Amino acid sequence: MSAEKEPLFSGKNIKLLTEPLNDSNPITVQVLGICSALAVTVKLKPAFVMALSVVIVMAVSNVVISLLRKTIPSRIRIIVQLVVIASMVILVDQVLKAFLFDISKQLSVFVGLIITNCIIMGRLEAFALSNKPWQSLLDGIGNATGYGVILVIVAFFRELLGSGTVWGYQVIPKSFYDFGYENNGLMILPPMALIVVGAIIWIQRAKNKKLVESN
Amino acid sequence: MKSYSNTYIFIFSAVMVIIVAALLSGAAITLQPYQKKNIEINKKQNILTSINIESTAENAETLYAKYIKESFAVNVNGQKNVDVNAFKVDMKKELAKPINERNLPIFISEIKGVKQYIIPVYGKGLWGPIWGYVALKQDLSTIYGANFSHKGETPGLGAEIETKEFQSQFFDKQIYDEQNKFVSVSVLKGGTANPNSKYEVDGISGGTITSNGVDQMLKDCLSSYKSYFKNIKTNI
Repeated sequence: MSAEKEPLFSGKNIKLLTEPLNDSNPITVQVLGICSALAVTVKLKPAFVMALSVVIVMAVSNVVISLLRKTIPSRIRIIVQLVVIASMVILVDQVLKAFLFDISKQLSVFVGLIITNCIIMGRLEAFALSNKPWQSLLDGIGNATGYGVILVIVAFFRELLGSGTVWGYQVIPKSFYDFGYENNGLMILPPMALIVVGAIIWIQRAKNKKLVESN
Repeated sequence: MKSYSNTYIFIFSAVMVIIVAALLSGAAITLQPYQKKNIEINKKQNILTSINIESTAENAETLYAKYIKESFAVNVNGQKNVDVNAFKVDMKKELAKPINERNLPIFISEIKGVKQYIIPVYGKGLWGPIWGYVALKQDLSTIYGANFSHKGETPGLGAEIETKEFQSQFFDKQIYDEQNKFVSVSVLKGGTANPNSKYEVDGISGGTITSNGVDQMLKDCLSSYKSYFKNIKTNI
């Protein structure tokens, strides 16, 4: 035990929270969790709820695993991690069904699929198993937010260009359609999500020199 | 890393499973009444949408009580069975039974003195069940309105059956042709339906399996009411 206590929001801890937003973003830099990023980003609202659910699942699972880290037998640690994630996901799904029925209908199977989101397992294994609860909480929130931000950006463009709406509201005026403007049906299909993610990675690398590999 | 004995591992897993089981069943039991209520309200909203009445989660129950006058079940020969609560009938279970044991629910609504016959339909989409309500006008052939829902069709593709654009195509289509033969309404490949036909609508491009599911569902479910329709028609 170190004698002096580290402040809750020390520079190092803040970094846990902010780094996944940019320098080590789970989607654009580590390229994890792509599958769900393709699936739920057709419309902004479900994407946002999905992002929020992932934040909750990830923060809580990270803390739970971190609290248990000294008692978990290493031989069954993956099973323990899965059990914790799965029970959190079921809880979130039940709560959505009880109180946000409409959105839970839209998200349908994808809430259940949070279990398979590689970011969560990855952070539990790489971080929570060897760090204190508070740091794990920050790390969980940071990574899940990094994931959520990309989800929301992708969903914004896909909904705008694919359906002409944002958050379910029509934003492209009707007169545009009268002049022959048409919604891009391709934006609704999963391949375009991949291309949008690709474009985000491109922009991010152009701006962030740290991410450029030197040959 | 520290190594643990097998006994410890067994005890650890047992305790973990018990805690998790208790937690989840606790949550399921506490949240169940809310979920049931939501599903019931949602069902009422769906029924109301099929007769083109917009409702919100708050006013669905009052509107339902106002417009839906009668609900009962019939069997395949068209005889009424008043003992069955049509609202509680589980279509999935009914469709699993042989056809002459099925309870076929029917809801009768009345808007400004004109009756509509609302028929629940249930079928298979791409990923899971799809279902809906088809309201027929008094001639029992012209579709007054339709509403479809799904468990987990692909958002933006198959899930489009839930949209107004898809459902409004069914308005004023006919399920009986001029010779009074049952033909149902066919859901064709997107963009190929003849706009003048009374028996065809466009499916969803990219959602072919779901569209076919709707097509099949309408044929299967509406056809089992044939005798009941015949009985009413002869009585009028």
